[in-house]
Amino acid sequence: MRNIWAVASNTFREAVRDRVLYNLVFFALLMMGAAILVGQISMGIEESVIVSLGLTAISAIGILIAIFIGVGLVSKEMEKRTLYALLAKPVERWQFVLGKYGGLVMTLALNTAAMAVGLYLALWMVKHPLEKSDGYVLVAVYLILLKLALIVALAMLFSCFTTPFLAILFTGAIYIAGVFAEDLRTMRAVDIAPSTMKLLRGVSYVLPNFENFNVMATVAHGRGVPATLVWQDTFYAALYAAIVLAAAAMVFSRRNLK
Amino acid sequence: MPFGSIAAGERPCRECVDDASRLSNNSSMSIAAIEIENLSKEYPHGFLHLKKKRSLENLTMEVQPGEVFGLLGPNGAGKSTTIKLLMRLIFPTSGTARILGKSIEDVSMHQQVGYLPEQPYFYDYLTVAELLDYFARFHGWKAADRQERVERMLKKVGLETARKIQLRKYSKGMLQRAALAQAILHDPQVVVLDEPMSGLDPLGRREVRDIILELKKEGRTVLFSTHILSDAEMLCDRVGVIVGGRLRGVGAPGEMVGIQAHGMEILFELDGAGKTFALLGKATKTGERYRVQLPEAELYCALDQLKAAGARILSVAQLKPTLEEFFMNLVDADRAQASAIEVSGQ
Amino acid sequence: MSRRTTAAYLFAALLAAGFSGIFRLQIRIDRQKASIRSEQDQLAFRSGRLVQALSLEYAPFAAALYWTRVVQYFGEKHRLHQTDLDLLWPLLDITTTLDAHLIPAYRFGSTFLSDSPPRGAGRPDLAVKLLERGIQANPDQWRLYQDLGNVYYFDAKDYGKASAAFTEGSKNPEALIWMKVMAAKIAAEGESPETSYFLWLQVYQSTRDPMVRKNAEEHLALMKVELDLKEVDRAADEFQKQTGRRPKRMGELVEAGLLRELPKDPEGYDYTFGDDGKAQLNLNSPLLEKQLMEPR
Repeated sequence: MRNIWAVASNTFREAVRDRVLYNLVFFALLMMGAAILVGQISMGIEESVIVSLGLTAISAIGILIAIFIGVGLVSKEMEKRTLYALLAKPVERWQFVLGKYGGLVMTLALNTAAMAVGLYLALWMVKHPLEKSDGYVLVAVYLILLKLALIVALAMLFSCFTTPFLAILFTGAIYIAGVFAEDLRTMRAVDIAPSTMKLLRGVSYVLPNFENFNVMATVAHGRGVPATLVWQDTFYAALYAAIVLAAAAMVFSRRNLK
Repeated sequence: MPFGSIAAGERPCRECVDDASRLSNNSSMSIAAIEIENLSKEYPHGFLHLKKKRSLENLTMEVQPGEVFGLLGPNGAGKSTTIKLLMRLIFPTSGTARILGKSIEDVSMHQQVGYLPEQPYFYDYLTVAELLDYFARFHGWKAADRQERVERMLKKVGLETARKIQLRKYSKGMLQRAALAQAILHDPQVVVLDEPMSGLDPLGRREVRDIILELKKEGRTVLFSTHILSDAEMLCDRVGVIVGGRLRGVGAPGEMVGIQAHGMEILFELDGAGKTFALLGKATKTGERYRVQLPEAELYCALDQLKAAGARILSVAQLKPTLEEFFMNLVDADRAQASAIEVSGQ
Repeated sequence: MSRRTTAAYLFAALLAAGFSGIFRLQIRIDRQKASIRSEQDQLAFRSGRLVQALSLEYAPFAAALYWTRVVQYFGEKHRLHQTDLDLLWPLLDITTTLDAHLIPAYRFGSTFLSDSPPRGAGRPDLAVKLLERGIQANPDQWRLYQDLGNVYYFDAKDYGKASAAFTEGSKNPEALIWMKVMAAKIAAEGESPETSYFLWLQVYQSTRDPMVRKNAEEHLALMKVELDLKEVDRAADEFQKQTGRRPKRMGELVEAGLLRELPKDPEGYDYTFGDDGKAQLNLNSPLLEKQLMEPR
């Protein structure tokens, strides 16, 4: 346990000091500014637009960060051999995987929080006294964070056994597939055989359903998210991430370092 | 001198005292520090990973406690592979190994082993103090102990003044020192160094040599790999020569080349001019000095000639083949065998 | 190696347990999300211009995505037998703003925007708006004029404009001859069953969109029923003249030589006579339900 925490805190420290992250967060804040401008164009629904665009920015930038640090911080370590000295210490490889993941999630939480602050600032500028309903935005941000935690786990898994470039590609592909997983289930097309439909349905359950975490529409219209959904999503993300991390730990434990 | 011992007045931590007494106790035990048995490593090779490349074949050897053992061999011979196998960075295809009696599959073995990787590289944005503290956490010491050890180590490798600078700004020599620091931070009984001299200037190499000797004085076991023969001759109690993935010989550097002398060499000067004699034809002249090599049997005959010619004899020495020649012969033989195999289409 | 194999077994167990848990969770999540979903949420941005601005260079791609949404939206509504098609126009509006050359969108949209509920949204005015945009961006697509004419003829019941649309479309050298013919016929007669049947037939034959085709098919069936019933009634009137009473069964008309064979509706059911002596659909025919839904 202490080993895992050591790796996690070091990963967090390393990620936070890497300047690239700041650029991305800055860009996100820029998008908040843009959201305000756009809000001016759409009369009467400025808040809705700001929330929608703001959450979209947090999600999109968050995904980029998740994929890049998820791949970068593991592949880079393997490529640059910083890992050699570390793995010669009395630490198990699975502890390393879990610790890395913990550090990455902490980093993501920090970035997401920073961007959320930006979003609230934008909201406050448009609508001075913030109402209770604006608190729902925080729930939406939390669900986005869950989504990012799952993506970063997938990024780690892929970077354990392929090159950084391929890992980014695979993670991106799974993300896109996961977004459409829900549609795959409810899709009705005229000319698909029932057996194929069944197969597609099965696949749609196996893929990570990222739309589970999307409550942007609800929140943008000032409605709250039921607590049940928040719990369900939390369990879903935890369970799925656990599977992915276990796989990553297994793969990494057997990997011959170059 | 950058490397020194604990400054006067500092009290070593309790664990450090325990380590020291443990070290002195263990050197009296008779089990080998490192035992390797039939260790082999195969890599899948080729387009569809169908062919197998053997980078290490049935390596069996032992390193005794307290000795400095050199793994010698040309690049790609399998020295790094051996070390990486020992450190569990790669996994053996077959065979076993033990360090201090514990199997290499036992993670706790690493508590007593320090490792210096080849061309070390560390986290860009950490300082050396943070790096050492990070690695120290895996040994379970409390924060105060950690700090004390880190301080000691920084002083020992001479990086005290650079402690606040981020590692990405370090020169190669400084990185090597930082790497050494993390290798011996936990007072390990066994220290494994992979090409510790590579890429260093002569000053840096001397520093590393001094450190190795100091480690030996402290009673630790040192295993290092190198392709620089002079270092091996100078530092090692024993060497193991690995060429082409196989162990070709183990022994003290002197033993390896055998006592077989090739002959004798005479250095002399001639006074005056004009005197020619048979020996002169075989001699090479550099400035005023003549040098001639001849079989041992002809020595006294040659000395008589020189005495008759009135030459002044500067030295008479026995020609021993160096480790270098022994080494080169092995490499050539191996290469010849490899090309023979290729030719025969195997 | 037993440590490794234990790990492998544990992992397999985790996979099995994990995914079954995920499956169960997912079902619950789907239900939750469905309950909080509101119709209005489907469209975060209603302005076509805004979406166009946001999609940067990827407008055609975004158009394709929105077009997919249109089809899915409509299909889902149809499947659930829901008749509120409020999002149909906004979705089509955005789609055609993003890509003004997406012809299928215009053709699909015009049919289902103008057709009266429950088949469509019942908004011929929006259909006209959509088609006018389409015609402006694609003046060489004479089929759009055909659709425009259909909207005016069937739903807006403006025969002058209908005729004008067909005339305009007929000017295109690729247009089929019937456009001109129909233009004249409508200008002269306005609505007539033969015209209606013909126009739907043209739609049915010319479209590849399965939903539009099915819709046309239904209209054609109902048209045919109307024509059939007229013909049967004419025969019945003749029968009454001959025998002095209304026929009770279809068979009597056949025996009297007034009909060649027992008339069947497009679904294959026999027509019958109602209590008022007029021909009507068989009570078992699925077309009866559709006929009852027609606005009269």
